[in-house]
Amino acid sequence: MALHESHYVFLVVLAVHVLTLAVFAGTTLMIDLRLLGVAMARAPVSEIAATLLPWSVAGFVVMLVTGSLLFYAAPVLRYENLFFRAKMTALVLALVNAWACHRAIARRIPPWDGDAVPPRHVRLAGGVSIVLWAFVITTGRLIPYQQYWF
Amino acid sequence: MQFSPLLVEMRAVWWLFPGIAILHLLGLAILAGAVLLVDLRLLGFGARRVPVAVLARDAERWLKGGLAVMLSTGLLLFMCFATKYYYLAFFWVKMAALAGVIVFTFTVRRRVALADEAGAGGTRRKTVALMSLSLWTTVALGGRWIGFP
Repeated sequence: MALHESHYVFLVVLAVHVLTLAVFAGTTLMIDLRLLGVAMARAPVSEIAATLLPWSVAGFVVMLVTGSLLFYAAPVLRYENLFFRAKMTALVLALVNAWACHRAIARRIPPWDGDAVPPRHVRLAGGVSIVLWAFVITTGRLIPYQQYWF
Repeated sequence: MQFSPLLVEMRAVWWLFPGIAILHLLGLAILAGAVLLVDLRLLGFGARRVPVAVLARDAERWLKGGLAVMLSTGLLLFMCFATKYYYLAFFWVKMAALAGVIVFTFTVRRRVALADEAGAGGTRRKTVALMSLSLWTTVALGGRWIGFP
């Protein structure tokens, strides 16, 4: 498999993974900051989501595909990596949080859509999302360090 | 500079380089989010009830904050391995694009984004957004490439 045999292919896939991070994490963060009520307070939540969510989802798909390729380049090594396991755990939690949040507000526009600062449970969801995705990024960046540190 | 006592010390602390690199990535999310929100709207994507100018004014705070994180952590990363980076062509490509995009963002892009919807032509807004996105992509690509062994 090219990924396994060519260092160059691996680096290109890694570069796509890291560059797409800017699109995925950037758009997700802006939506979360709006849910927290600390950014874009003059625009309704639905307005920010309508502009950014499609890019967030598309970015996630690219992250998932390139991430899977990086995993399959060295599956056993990755599976045994503590940072990788921590990353996957946080990833699942972040997805559950996003899914629950989306299910609650996607069907109809909520009454707090235009509020500068949304209700407490919404702010909580936004905050949890930021913390979990930051953890995913942090542990992901640390994956190559296991061999030096442990 | 790389061999000054402080920087030799910095490389000796095992968690410092990855720690700063992680902050650099988290700063990237802030900066990218602020840039993308406005550029995507300038390109005509998404809902249009709120004028771009309103979003651009709010986003500028986050753009400046993200940029501050990126520049300070980026400088520290550079200092850790200054002589390696200095001789890499990609490093200079990144620096040139970075200088260019900062100037562009706070002059042309700012004026166009803050202008009244009616006052600016669609083509001009799209050109500005594409310029901004391609310059930032160059900065990010250069950044990724200088990190490779």
